[in-house]
Amino acid sequence: MDFLFKHKRISGILTVLPQKAVKFEDEMANYNFSPAKSMKLKLAMGYNEHRIAAPGQTSYDFCQFGLQYLFDNNLLKPEEIDALLFVSQSPDYFMPPTSNLLHGHFGLRQDCLCMDINQGCAGFELGMIQACMMLDQHAVNKVVLLNADVLSPKVSPRDRNSKPLIGDAAAITVVEQCEAENPIYANIKMDGTGALVLNIPAGGFRLPCSPETAVMEEDAAGNFRSKDNLVMQGDDVFNFVQREVPPMIEHLYEQSGVDRNDVDWYMFHQPNKFMLNKLADKLGVPREKMPANIVENFGNASGVTVPTSISFNLGDQLCNDEMLLCMAGFGVGLTWSSIMMKVGNLMFNQIIEL
Amino acid sequence: MREKIIKILTELRPEFDFTQEGVNFIEEGMLDSFDMVNLVSELDSTYGISIDGVDILPENFATVDAIVALLVKNGAK
Repeated sequence: MDFLFKHKRISGILTVLPQKAVKFEDEMANYNFSPAKSMKLKLAMGYNEHRIAAPGQTSYDFCQFGLQYLFDNNLLKPEEIDALLFVSQSPDYFMPPTSNLLHGHFGLRQDCLCMDINQGCAGFELGMIQACMMLDQHAVNKVVLLNADVLSPKVSPRDRNSKPLIGDAAAITVVEQCEAENPIYANIKMDGTGALVLNIPAGGFRLPCSPETAVMEEDAAGNFRSKDNLVMQGDDVFNFVQREVPPMIEHLYEQSGVDRNDVDWYMFHQPNKFMLNKLADKLGVPREKMPANIVENFGNASGVTVPTSISFNLGDQLCNDEMLLCMAGFGVGLTWSSIMMKVGNLMFNQIIEL
Repeated sequence: MREKIIKILTELRPEFDFTQEGVNFIEEGMLDSFDMVNLVSELDSTYGISIDGVDILPENFATVDAIVALLVKNGAK
């Protein structure tokens, strides 16, 4: 499905990371690999260290901390927020929505719309599309998009498919109306037949957590995990990404009329360096234009990797300049989505730690 | 090309004999998915190519012949 939005802009991005950094080398003894093979894995995948939330910290806490920072520094006013979108796979509760909890904590207006969206790797793009659809209403002038995930407690320490890359983080993106036309081209696709390729089997209503679901089992590749843990069928995910993402971006070029060489940065979701390098090669864009340093330095926090990459790689540059960004997310769902838009003259674009 | 491939495979998994005929490296557990990642990285740099991501499937790494075909398809000389 294709979208075109006009007169909307991103006015600021704030990424909130946990302070605790864990090095790949500190965990590799848990994996069923020799040290030499683990080091090869590290090099090929671009793993270095990842940020992990402290025990008890949730996605809510990172969003609350970031919003408080923006309010305290006069970068955002609570009374200006017309909609609060929380995109995550790690809410505090099944009910109520986490966005409503934040609404209550900050005493936001009663006519501020709160919405939780369950989405992961494409969560930034889906959140942007939802924010822009809301901004098509005259009553909505400013949307605060919260992408947050704290999934590290759900990953088995003995799962080398997922543990080395998982990261926890949140990002706050302010999206608002603007005078300039500023076209935003977006698209999104879904394939629910692959919905369980990335999943957490137990913990919902279908299979509640129990002593039985907590039993660790070994898979064919030598990983140990229980049904309470996140499971990623890595080969299936890789094949899906390589099959679906390049045609999606080729379509985005046609949709937007943008030449691939005119894109300043390709800010893609970051599962690992190998996957991103293959995408860059296939699209015929320089690998340097598609950063892979978020999974390397902070880990993969699902839908948070794209805004984190913008904050980390472009920082203040985007407060003084404007750039053409091609953004893409792909994964859980299965979902794949991309956006082509100019981003710049931001009020803020930075990383803080909790 | 075959000799070079066998050398790379042997460096990757020295415990196995990749010169045997009629052996499926995947079915026999001689190569896992992470071996394939490392193998692709090594083949890319050795032959100055970038193997297409859609071709990174187990069947394309099952035998030396399959790997040769994969390389030729992706422009290796």
